[in-house]
Amino acid sequence: MTEVAIETAGLVKTFGDNRAVDGIDLTVPAGSVYGVLGPNGAGKTTAVKMLATLLRPDGGEARVFGHDVVREADAVRAKVSLTGQYASVDEDLTGSENLVLIGRLLGHGKPAARDRASQLLAAFGLSDAADRQVKNYSGGMRRRIDIAASILKTPDVLFLDEPTTGLDPRSRNQVWDIVRIIVAQGTTVLLTTQYLDEADQLASRIAVIDHGKVIAEGTPGELKASVGAGSIHVRLRDAAQRESALRVLSGVLGAGVHLDADPVALTAQLSGDDSDREAAEQASRALAELAGAGIVVDNFALGQPTLDEVFLALTDHPATTEEVAA
Amino acid sequence: MSTATTEQTSTYTPAAESLNAVLAAGEAPPRPSAWSAARTFGWRAMLKIKHVPEQLIDVTMFPIMMVLMFTYLFGGALAGSVTEYLQFLLPGIMVTSVVMITMYTGTGINVDISKGVFDRFRTLPIWRPAALVGALFGDVFRYLTAAVVILIVGLILGFRPEGGAVGVAVGILLLVLFSFAFSWVWTMFGLLLRSEKSVMGVSMMVLFPLTFLSNVFVEPDTMPGWLRVFTEVNPITHLVAATRGLMQGNPDAGEITWVLVASAVLVAVFGTLTMRLYNRK
Repeated sequence: MTEVAIETAGLVKTFGDNRAVDGIDLTVPAGSVYGVLGPNGAGKTTAVKMLATLLRPDGGEARVFGHDVVREADAVRAKVSLTGQYASVDEDLTGSENLVLIGRLLGHGKPAARDRASQLLAAFGLSDAADRQVKNYSGGMRRRIDIAASILKTPDVLFLDEPTTGLDPRSRNQVWDIVRIIVAQGTTVLLTTQYLDEADQLASRIAVIDHGKVIAEGTPGELKASVGAGSIHVRLRDAAQRESALRVLSGVLGAGVHLDADPVALTAQLSGDDSDREAAEQASRALAELAGAGIVVDNFALGQPTLDEVFLALTDHPATTEEVAA
Repeated sequence: MSTATTEQTSTYTPAAESLNAVLAAGEAPPRPSAWSAARTFGWRAMLKIKHVPEQLIDVTMFPIMMVLMFTYLFGGALAGSVTEYLQFLLPGIMVTSVVMITMYTGTGINVDISKGVFDRFRTLPIWRPAALVGALFGDVFRYLTAAVVILIVGLILGFRPEGGAVGVAVGILLLVLFSFAFSWVWTMFGLLLRSEKSVMGVSMMVLFPLTFLSNVFVEPDTMPGWLRVFTEVNPITHLVAATRGLMQGNPDAGEITWVLVASAVLVAVFGTLTMRLYNRK
């Protein structure tokens, strides 16, 4: 049994009539990335703010390494760091000043805080931008200075609230690499995201949240299996063969085949409740049939279910908490 | 600048080696004292002034305008001569200007606290009021600047305080001390009200009557009875009397004590309310 980093029971936060967080139970094992997945307004940020002692829960309780977030807030604060959805750094100050400021607030003397700041700036590739105001940073650099401020003191738990929303793909990959390195060093990361592929890339467990409730929880594989295996994308050599390809695929896979905007491409849904392995079998059977019918396939790919698909599938069920494929 | 920015983003690759070194050295030093945390936030306020110096306009131009306007507007009519009126007006106009500037504390807090960086401050294991107290340290610097600017303009126009350098200095200190205490009213409103504009509105509504219905411009003797009652309980009247006394060389211990007690009460009441709101945000 691994150590538990975060544990919540029946956590509730209401704003007026809106039950932003409506009874969330989570158990986050130490030393891994735990993904909290959900659309805008699902209650992810509110939940994180309660865990980081920024908001007081209206019901239920939450513990971080055994410390209650309300009664032992200071003990929790000593263990956690937060990188908020909007940059949690001072935009008027330079990158270096921001890190020195946090260093001083953590108790470093001036020289130590300066040393630590330049060490962090170097590790995050920001040395050249050290003396520039953060408001002049690019989106990716802002994220990095933000994460740098969060690990100025190596935290036991790092909250990353939508760390890649609005970033270009390259900066997103940089953030992912940084997160992997931080976790490998033993920090527990609680990551909120709107992107299934991000949770899939980083998290070892995922909770899906909607309307303040956990509607599914499990490993990325379990979650995806619960939605179906995704889809197969096929590119043909000859656009003239597309109509016949459509007929062949519909014959093998049933409904759910459609033509893409690209005149040589089409996409077929793989059927509902199959596991990854069966999906792969379905896909190879479909490809064999295409070859048998004399249709030349240039290229094909298996697409993962999107968050939209996961969501649709999950919210079709009544909104009660359930374990996905235990 | 934008080329450099793009370049940095594209060339950076997170290196496990350097990041691991950073993480390994990330042990926390002992928690800073309340005073040290507040001082660090004061340093932040000074950095913000350094990076956005335009914000000093209201503590330089505004006071100069006040002194010039009221000296020449009322001087001849009220005291027979501008120089003579200045001896009476300057301490009062200094109080008015500095106390008016305190309202920027509330709007400043309101804007500042809505930014993400306050989320980080509030997840740090530090003395909770430090962020606000530190911000007020920055404001104290602004109050001092305003007071000194007014003093210089006054001296140029012919203000000759009989209390000498010491009297003037102690007068300014008392004024800044009271303003620091009074600022907690605005930090409370800054946290309570939703927008910067509403904070501004409330501040104006409080500050205008408070500063004008006092002994700043004229002695209250000629005012109607009901107004005299108000001016007599108005803390600004006592602050002006205390400051004026110090600067004119006849300090009034009673008024000075009144101001000190009022300051303590302001901090106790509005400081407590502010912290309650801050913790609940």
